[in-house]
Amino acid sequence: MIQFSDNATVDIVAKLVAVTVAMFAFVFVVMVPLYDVLCDALGINGKTSGQAYTAVAATVDETRSVTVQFLATNNQGMPWEFGPGTTAMKVHPGAVNDTVFHARNPLPQPMVAQAIPSISPARAAEYFHKTECFCFNQQPLDGESAAQMPLQFIVDRDLPRDIHTITLSYTIFDVTDMAGGAVATR
Amino acid sequence: MGDYHHGPAKGLSRWLFTTNHKDIGTMYLWFSFAMFILGGSFAMVIRAELFEPGMQLVDPAFFNQMTTLHGLVMVFGAIMPSFVGLANWLIPMMIGAPDMALPRMNNWSFWILPPTFLVLASTLFMEGGAPAFGWTFYAPLSTTYAPPSVTFFIFSIHVLGLSSIMGSINIIATVMNMRAPGMTYMKMPLFVWTWLITAFLLVAVMPVLAGAVTMMLMDIHFGTSFFSAAGGGDPVLFQHVFWFFGHPEVYIIILPAFGVISQVIPAFSRKPLFGYASMVYATASIAFLSFIVWAHHMFTVGMPVAGELFFMYATMLIAVPTGVKVFNWVTTMWRGALTFETPMLFAIGFLILFTIGGFTGLMLAIAPADFQYHDSYFVVAHFHYVMVAGAVFSMSAGIYFWLPKWCGRMYNEAMGKTHFWISFIGFNLAFFPQHFVGLAGMPRRIPDYALQFADFNMMSSIGAFIYGASQILFLYNVIATIVAGKPVSDEKVWDGAEGLEWTLPTPAPYHTFETPPLVK
Repeated sequence: MIQFSDNATVDIVAKLVAVTVAMFAFVFVVMVPLYDVLCDALGINGKTSGQAYTAVAATVDETRSVTVQFLATNNQGMPWEFGPGTTAMKVHPGAVNDTVFHARNPLPQPMVAQAIPSISPARAAEYFHKTECFCFNQQPLDGESAAQMPLQFIVDRDLPRDIHTITLSYTIFDVTDMAGGAVATR
Repeated sequence: MGDYHHGPAKGLSRWLFTTNHKDIGTMYLWFSFAMFILGGSFAMVIRAELFEPGMQLVDPAFFNQMTTLHGLVMVFGAIMPSFVGLANWLIPMMIGAPDMALPRMNNWSFWILPPTFLVLASTLFMEGGAPAFGWTFYAPLSTTYAPPSVTFFIFSIHVLGLSSIMGSINIIATVMNMRAPGMTYMKMPLFVWTWLITAFLLVAVMPVLAGAVTMMLMDIHFGTSFFSAAGGGDPVLFQHVFWFFGHPEVYIIILPAFGVISQVIPAFSRKPLFGYASMVYATASIAFLSFIVWAHHMFTVGMPVAGELFFMYATMLIAVPTGVKVFNWVTTMWRGALTFETPMLFAIGFLILFTIGGFTGLMLAIAPADFQYHDSYFVVAHFHYVMVAGAVFSMSAGIYFWLPKWCGRMYNEAMGKTHFWISFIGFNLAFFPQHFVGLAGMPRRIPDYALQFADFNMMSSIGAFIYGASQILFLYNVIATIVAGKPVSDEKVWDGAEGLEWTLPTPAPYHTFETPPLVK
């Protein structure tokens, strides 16, 4: 059999294997973070900021009011009772508003939960600021105990004028396994 | 067989341990035909259930398993391996190389396929049934709500990807490093060019598919939340990752088909291919564009308008290089001394039907209109026009074209032509009415439908049965040719055929081009 340049073959194969590995890594280190960054920048998937908003001094826009609705959903297999204190509020853009969500752990053992917020319509997400939210932290609860969880928010004065209703939805799910020792410290 | 040195080993070990590109090509082709029959039988179940409205034969859960496995088996089991088989047989013979660059890896690329499909098919008998989330396996249907067999599905995809990547590396190394002296890039037959570009696409996007299923695996078993909104992930991310693989994938399927057509049409027009260089550049342009159009599969997810517009215009741009190709094929036939043997019939059938599929693709590319077409039978009609009348018709053309060269026997021309006409009529009867029911609002992937779609669906099912039956005729013709076809000894077989493979003796000896030919 004729020997073609084996070195050249090895060289090509090495480069192509490198491309393969790089493309596999590309999914995890580029596509996933890039997706989050783009969604964040464009405000398109209803995710609100995970950080507390530092209120800037601003006047309250009393010329219009916006209805904020609250939804609470339990993730699959999550046994807690979880719901909003009020289902809807009429608020003025720029004003600081307070409300609570309540949660109760009906099981005998302590558990840890995490609530994940989502805003609809999605383009309202960047105008919805939370200065305090139970979703910023995990929520531990002893067995058969309940808690009131506070939420403080401001609807931005720059909210587009065609948006009259904002729905804030929380899904709560069980992170007891992931929280590890956090249960014991409480 | 006229061996130069030694023939193949005898018995089963010949096939298990072979490193001969022709043996491996043959195995790929037979395997893909077996998968074509398997995937086709799933399609027959689907069309039998849809023959009349109401639920008759299978329950909806099983119906969903059928649509899923039909898609997976046809894409990954039938079409892709069939073109790899053609590549194995033809690329070394077309560029004057004695074999593939990495013959042992070649053996592996093939032999990991059959066990993988055995695993995938075995999910049908598992508790909870086979995957039922469609061949696009969108999360969370394929993660949170998936049957337990999804893990076997994930590993199948991993291994299939591995096989494709190994095959592609082999093809790239062969084409770049083993061309005969004088065979410059711009002298390579177009089939070799389209496969070289396809192989680069595979190396680039198969790892992305592997990444997508790996994320699914981690979401299901290791507590991550890539695609779970509850955990801070996003199901729409899945669609972006999937289609970043999925769109180049459709060109992975169709580019080698373009290559086959570019060999067949000149041979039966007795003219060189019109616009060779523009064909090469058009293929490369299509490959490049395939990376920047993926979101046209997901116009309805709620993208910003700028995104919709970008993906709409970029998608429409693909019509330009594709149009270059179609016009080049037509111009090749212009004033040629045409004859209409079976390969040419399939090539012309491809040309007409693929162009129809291309036009419906343009309709789907229009973002505002796509909101109506999305997930309807119109989409099903569109992609079967490009996958079946595109890829499978060109594959049939290729088999009839090169089979006499491979086995030194002529197929039965009358039977071949009959196969073509039954296929052509059956295919159009099956899929043309699906445009109408789709535009009228029939969604895809449902086992039952509203009464007003009944007539067209019955036509569609009858057409599908006819098309399916015509493949049995094809199988019979191929076997009859190999066993008892009329011997041919002409090197060229077809008087208009050009290229190095036609300079070899007929049938092609076990070892060829051990001394590289000189290409002027």
